[in-house]
Amino acid sequence: MRRAVEPQFGREGVRAVMAATFFGEVVRTPCRAGTEDEEEEEEEGRRETPEDGEVRQQLARKREVRLLRRQTKTTLEVSLLEKYPCSKFIIAIGNNAVAFLSSFIMNSGVWEEVGCAKLWNEWCRTVDTTHLSPTEAFCVFYHLKSNPSVVLCQCSCYVAEDQQYQWLEKVFGSCPRKNMQVTILTCRHVTDYKTSESTSSLHTPFLKALKTQNFREPPCCSLLEQPNIVHDLPAAVLSYCQVWKISAILYLCYTDVMKLDLITVEAFKPVLSSRSLKSLVKNIPQSTEILKKLMTTNEIQSNIYT
Amino acid sequence: MFVPCGDSVPDLSGCTLLMPAVSVGNVGQLAIDLIISTLNMCKIGYFYTDCLVPMVGNNPYATAEENSTELSINAEVYASPSKKLVALQLRSIFIKYKSKSFCEKLLSWVKSSNCAKVVVLSSSHSYHRNDLQLRSTPFRYLLTPSMQKSVQNKIQSLNWEEMEKSPCIPEIDDSEFCVRIPGGGITKTLYDEGCSKEIPMVILLKFVSEGDNIPDALGLVEYLNEWLQIIKPCLQCDDPSASALPWKMPSSWRLLFGSGLPPALF
Repeated sequence: MRRAVEPQFGREGVRAVMAATFFGEVVRTPCRAGTEDEEEEEEEGRRETPEDGEVRQQLARKREVRLLRRQTKTTLEVSLLEKYPCSKFIIAIGNNAVAFLSSFIMNSGVWEEVGCAKLWNEWCRTVDTTHLSPTEAFCVFYHLKSNPSVVLCQCSCYVAEDQQYQWLEKVFGSCPRKNMQVTILTCRHVTDYKTSESTSSLHTPFLKALKTQNFREPPCCSLLEQPNIVHDLPAAVLSYCQVWKISAILYLCYTDVMKLDLITVEAFKPVLSSRSLKSLVKNIPQSTEILKKLMTTNEIQSNIYT
Repeated sequence: MFVPCGDSVPDLSGCTLLMPAVSVGNVGQLAIDLIISTLNMCKIGYFYTDCLVPMVGNNPYATAEENSTELSINAEVYASPSKKLVALQLRSIFIKYKSKSFCEKLLSWVKSSNCAKVVVLSSSHSYHRNDLQLRSTPFRYLLTPSMQKSVQNKIQSLNWEEMEKSPCIPEIDDSEFCVRIPGGGITKTLYDEGCSKEIPMVILLKFVSEGDNIPDALGLVEYLNEWLQIIKPCLQCDDPSASALPWKMPSSWRLLFGSGLPPALF
């Protein structure tokens, strides 16, 4: 059992709860309810000077999500789906999901880029937020030239929690379209999966699904059981769809390899039989070849000596 | 903003709104889970907001295969029309700097829905207690001035302890005294806003430490039940083997401390 000891000021000058563990070492016990930030916030609010407010506003501006058309270098004035209404919206979040869509869906048909979400947060690798080169583009939107009602999003970047709602607003807008079906693909590390057996005994990768009330088709895999939950952008998109009664499904691949991995990407294959994606799949053997090439290119790039 | 599940906005006038503050040990949230699960409350809508970290999962109160696939999000509203009870459940923490905005939006909704009163279930760091508090019950209450006289009288008849005031700035000797709720999250803000906006509000909290807070949550709902009588207390004391806990734990309370352990560990 932990014993709480007298609170002290930690390195950050914030009151920290210190606790002695059974073995006598003193550790900081973070509050699960995330309330330490609240007290800090309150105190900051009282002490905040106009300069502090200015810095905070500058940081908020730097973290703003901007939607633009790279071809014309212009910002979109309305939300993306207002400008490009669609009946199918498919989004891949994370490198493995993105590789899956690139190899199995985008390999056929002509996909035209319609927009790009530009954002900055602490997880971004690029420092220059004004000029995005093609390899640095994080969140790109395409529609199928032969059927523009199919919109696809490749999101390789991490959208931070203070940016997720902004992203939703910029993409979906404030007038939700009910007659649209949304498919979300993403990965999580298998250690996030809660099960009564040990996670080390699970056969990874495996697929789980979460769907909104209005999604009527049978999913391509079993549903994610409680007490498992999903966070981040996939959760933000699915929540939006649930609240505004949009048909949506999230396919979640639990894997023990978070970097680009052939087996993880191929774990998404059952999704190809879903109504949303079936009509877009053309040549699976060719897709597998494209995927293998993607893996090889990535391995060369990730040489630690370059 | 409140978004109903169905096509029409349900009428909440005259109802008691129960809600948690995201606080130490998540005790308020656990308590609300117990209430929703025990009373089998049905979901009537969502409190869609950009102030809380997004999260989704399947129905945390599922009792069978059929009702296990309903999607839940981070802020949902449940109702028990027969008891004129409405419960708001919050399942994630606030996005930085958004807690005050959330309080404003929430209380604005409370006012416009004509709820009779709001009950906030919360908790506070037990290590902050002074000597007197250490020796007394761990439960405390607070009422806003606009809380009905009848409720004030009822609470006084229960011999409950009101949350004591403490020095606003503990380091200064002659500091003013005010109500402080360390570890209480938005509890203090809700209380202050409740006072200034003349909202009938009761705060019920328990002094707790982080750990297995299920017993704390059970304690808090029993404390609430002393007043609101949500469920009839168990009077069958002649059978010692009968469970004295009439509160039903939701199915999602499994694996609270993680997955099973690898056998190779031992």
